[in-house]
Amino acid sequence: MDRREHIETKLTRELEATHVEIVDESHLHAGHAGAAGGGGHFRALIVSPRFEGLASLARQRLVYGALAAEMEGEIHALSIRALTPSEWRA
Amino acid sequence: MSDPTHDRIDALVKEHRVLLFMKGDRRVPQCGFSATVVQILDSLLPEYATFDVLSDDEIRQAIKEYSSWPTIPQLYVGGEFQGGCDIVRELYETGELQQLLAPGA
Repeated sequence: MDRREHIETKLTRELEATHVEIVDESHLHAGHAGAAGGGGHFRALIVSPRFEGLASLARQRLVYGALAAEMEGEIHALSIRALTPSEWRA
Repeated sequence: MSDPTHDRIDALVKEHRVLLFMKGDRRVPQCGFSATVVQILDSLLPEYATFDVLSDDEIRQAIKEYSSWPTIPQLYVGGEFQGGCDIVRELYETGELQQLLAPGA
């Protein structure tokens, strides 16, 4: 399983996400100082009923919480779009 | 329990009404996400404070715990954590950031 699949699987499980899309954008950042540690740059779209009633800050905290271990290593940067199922359908 | 680095961050966020913890400084950001937030703040404010976490490894680590947020940049307004790059951009697009930063707000 590559990093991208690992993150998708973990978010689906931890956040009961109904839809997860992860894009690995590490190649766009190759060579810059932050990439030196080996952590990747990812863009995430996560749809979960758990985001219902939460502001963006709280939603992102949930995502970061689910990926706490990964944020220490394989993820250097994560751009997050966290939507509820009804926002996603809209 | 008092932790000196925690106390330093506390003092910084209280001292500056708008404070951005970032990589690099306002004129030369060292990361695309920091640069994006600087660009947004520059368009709204003539003056605000930045702290370069690359210049201080203690703060760089401690700010993540202080805010319970694992990434840089981090924006504080009025001593309160607002978010990172995605959230700042969102607040800007909805107009909430402009309200938050308005003088006397």
